[in-house]
Amino acid sequence: MAERKKPVDAVIIGYGWTGAIMAKALTDAGLSVVALERGPALDTSPDFEYPRIADELKYGVRGDLWQPLAKETVTVRHTVNDTAVPYRKYGSFILGNGVGGAGVHWNGMVWRVSPEDLRFRSHIEQRYGKAFIPKDMTIQDYPVTFAELEPHFDHFEKVCGVSGIAGNLRGHIRAGGNPFEGARGDEYPTPPLPEIYFGQLFDKATAELGYKSFPLPAANSSVAYTNPYGVRLGPCNMCGFCERFGCFLYSKASPQTTILPILADRKNLEVRTGAYVTKILRDKTRTMATGVRYIDENGSEVEQPADLVVLSAFQLHNVRLLLLSGIGTPYDPGSGKGVVGKNYAYQMSSGTAVYFNEDVEINPFIGAGAAGKRAIDEFNSDHYDHAELGFIGGSLILAGATGGRPIDQMMLPPDTPAWGTGWKAAVRKHYGHSAPIGTLGSVMSYRDRYLSLDPTYTDGHGLPLLRITFDWHDNETRMAAYTAAKIEEIVRAMKPEKQATALIRPGDHYDVRFYQSTHTTGGAIMGSNPGNSVVNRYSQSWDLPNLFVYGASAFPQNFGGAPTGLLAGLAYFSAAKIRDFYLKSPGPLVQA
Amino acid sequence: MAGGALVALLASVAVSYVSDHRAGEKSLTVPAPTAAVIARGAYLARLGDCAACHSLPARPAFSGGLRMRTPIGAIYTTNITPDPSHGIGRFTLADFDRALRFGVAKGHTLYPAMPYTSYYNTTPEDVAALYAYFKYAVPAASVPNRPSDIMFPLSMRWPLTFWRWLFAPKPSPFAPMPGMTPEVAKGAYFAEGLGHCGECHTPRGIFLEVRAATVADGPAYLSGAVIENYFAASLRSDGPGTLGEWSADDVTQFLLTGGNTRGIAFGSMSDVITHSTQFMTSEDAVAMAKYLKTLGFPNAAAQAPFVYDATEHSALKNGDASKPGAMLYLDNCAACHRPDGMGYERVFPRLSGNPIVQAPNPLSVVSIVLEGSRTPRTGAAPAQFTMPGFAWRLSDQDVADLVNFVRTSWGNQASVTTVDAVTRTRSSVR
Repeated sequence: MAERKKPVDAVIIGYGWTGAIMAKALTDAGLSVVALERGPALDTSPDFEYPRIADELKYGVRGDLWQPLAKETVTVRHTVNDTAVPYRKYGSFILGNGVGGAGVHWNGMVWRVSPEDLRFRSHIEQRYGKAFIPKDMTIQDYPVTFAELEPHFDHFEKVCGVSGIAGNLRGHIRAGGNPFEGARGDEYPTPPLPEIYFGQLFDKATAELGYKSFPLPAANSSVAYTNPYGVRLGPCNMCGFCERFGCFLYSKASPQTTILPILADRKNLEVRTGAYVTKILRDKTRTMATGVRYIDENGSEVEQPADLVVLSAFQLHNVRLLLLSGIGTPYDPGSGKGVVGKNYAYQMSSGTAVYFNEDVEINPFIGAGAAGKRAIDEFNSDHYDHAELGFIGGSLILAGATGGRPIDQMMLPPDTPAWGTGWKAAVRKHYGHSAPIGTLGSVMSYRDRYLSLDPTYTDGHGLPLLRITFDWHDNETRMAAYTAAKIEEIVRAMKPEKQATALIRPGDHYDVRFYQSTHTTGGAIMGSNPGNSVVNRYSQSWDLPNLFVYGASAFPQNFGGAPTGLLAGLAYFSAAKIRDFYLKSPGPLVQA
Repeated sequence: MAGGALVALLASVAVSYVSDHRAGEKSLTVPAPTAAVIARGAYLARLGDCAACHSLPARPAFSGGLRMRTPIGAIYTTNITPDPSHGIGRFTLADFDRALRFGVAKGHTLYPAMPYTSYYNTTPEDVAALYAYFKYAVPAASVPNRPSDIMFPLSMRWPLTFWRWLFAPKPSPFAPMPGMTPEVAKGAYFAEGLGHCGECHTPRGIFLEVRAATVADGPAYLSGAVIENYFAASLRSDGPGTLGEWSADDVTQFLLTGGNTRGIAFGSMSDVITHSTQFMTSEDAVAMAKYLKTLGFPNAAAQAPFVYDATEHSALKNGDASKPGAMLYLDNCAACHRPDGMGYERVFPRLSGNPIVQAPNPLSVVSIVLEGSRTPRTGAAPAQFTMPGFAWRLSDQDVADLVNFVRTSWGNQASVTTVDAVTRTRSSVR
């Protein structure tokens, strides 16, 4: 018999970015809130202290801050006819664990979608005709516009102290910024960090080709900065330990460095770590959520009744918990019916390694997750004419590594021996003189790419794992080949000694052994009606009006960029609606 | 002989008994406990930081129990809630005043861990307001007091009476020094009195008596003192290692937020700011700052202003880490405090020109290097920054080299720290 806790106004599942955003919003409104986090409590001190955190083997390779896959993982297969096998060793993507979630180990890239990304199906149909979209491609519009989200993007950027240069300020295109971005209401809160040297080479080469490079927007604050909540961040010193690490310098935005300090003393908020939620509970009529059931750190079952349930775990975990709780109709790829698990998408990443001779000092150890890097947006989204190209979507192209870590970021030409004298000689020759240009490419959603519960494998508590059914489609490999050719052209303009492109080609299968991106999306998507989505424009479940679901699980397809800016914007948009309408009169915010 | 000693002892005890029972004002009037009076009392309780010693986390507020080490054994703070059996529920205003200002409660002299030696100047109105607050606004908590760990005969209280006679200032309501403006006088009243700055910042004599209770007692007042493993800085404006470079506005910002453009609080001052000074009205904080700025050299112009020296920064920038401690600084400190020693405002304190770094006694710097430090969390500055300790990775020689490097670089001028001093500090912080 589960222990039954005292009812609260709201329970939050997952205490990462969106969990923290909602914890603030709901406690601001005076609600009593319990936040449940499966992992441990984590904070800059003692968990990310200098110099212990700068340990690539411990954190970057063995993943001390990540979800232990031996307790719970996902299974992966390529097609509906395959048997999925568990993802037992980290490769393709990384799952966060503990307070702050993936917001602890991310790179800090805060990207806004292009306005057309939010109405992608309509946009493509209008520009190229309905027949341009392949039949099995299940992309759809977001039920919310860029203009509606803009103030919330802006707020999140101010919370994080994002450094950058506005390229489109209230419709005015400005030099030095991204001219393709949607109109911004305000400048970035902090100026960009100094460019890394490779960024300068990239600027020169892209300028020669007529592209407009800009600093990658970075939640790596460039100055000591106080955010709108009064929380101060330190300035980034470009130590090169963002991705896979917590930031010792208080400069990479994370829930810990931006929001949690003001929540620490709130009497109406309780955070319980080590709480593994297994089910969202419903009333007898199955029309309202009544709370959650979880397993606490001692292994005991606990029920936490609540009037409002916020599901703010990682994208994959959101979908799994909906499926485990029996909320909504699971997606069936055969009939195309059902919505939970529908439209799983990922990121298409490719890149070219650039090897200079020994006179070119790249100093790769000067780096940050996003700061100091440069990008171009010419070949992203629908910023260029696709009519003759035979694919839709595109890639953000970005220059520079996030650091010069010796294990994972040792860039050696493909013909280098894997060990021995030849390998050592290549390390000496190339370590300080090489750099990558990479992409974050869009991935469309398809009828046969989805998430479901695995029939074979279970977690440590005997509950089914989540199963990913995913492989590449030709639309994405064509897009990748097109952008890779553009990158190679840029690289040639840099006149390096050598270059090598890594690219997923037609016929290649999704390979989970190699890190590509943690930008997994979809499965609890947002849409205009219950037939095409799990949540409405306010992230509210169509099935249970007192359940709100946040994260990249809401994305109907993935775009070229990083998800955090959009998912935070959607959360703040929802939080404002909850505050102004839902709390006064609980019920569906959009009539089905 | 033994008989004579016994007689003397008994006489002492008797004198102590009589004195402890006669101490205090007899003619105090109890004001009506209006909301305004109680609010004033609550404010003064914050200012006096009563909670620092009488409230423990996860226990009822003001129910005592904090263990305080003394050379003769530990004592525990008492329950000052209005509980009739364990707290001060049966105290009259005169009893309360006697404890607060005279250091006498329930018929015996208090250990001077209770800073009645500072509170003595509190005005009758403020004593009454504090009394009203504790009597009517603090919830009673039935938490028994814990007896001290001090063994007989040292546990006898009568010698405290004589200590009190000899060293405690005579209780009398605050009177401003001639020439003080009303604002400075208000600052003096709080700093010398309820704020009890001198308990940590004024050096003590061999009987652990504070060597100066007020500005009138001379230049020892607030001139810096060892407290626990820190050197509580001089709050005077007497040149390097003191607050000379700080303006009144810097001091005000420090009191209200825990930091300013020049530094950030550490050690027990973090607690003082978190629990007490951040709640001061800005008028009172300004007054206290202006008062502190009156201490020190009579002529501020006589001070040589701090001058930044770029030598070390240029050397480090050019790859020259030959100065002893420079490489240790780059490896351990420069990531936050920067090679130029300037840090980042209100995040990582600047070391250049920092009075703590240049203090005559290096204890604070040594302790912070070994143990790390945590900035205060305040309403105005909710982000808390933590410096990790480096005891686990630096030898005593390393720490001495590092401390000497930061104390003599970027224009800093301070004496040399020995390896022995580091060794002693390391053994006491353990």
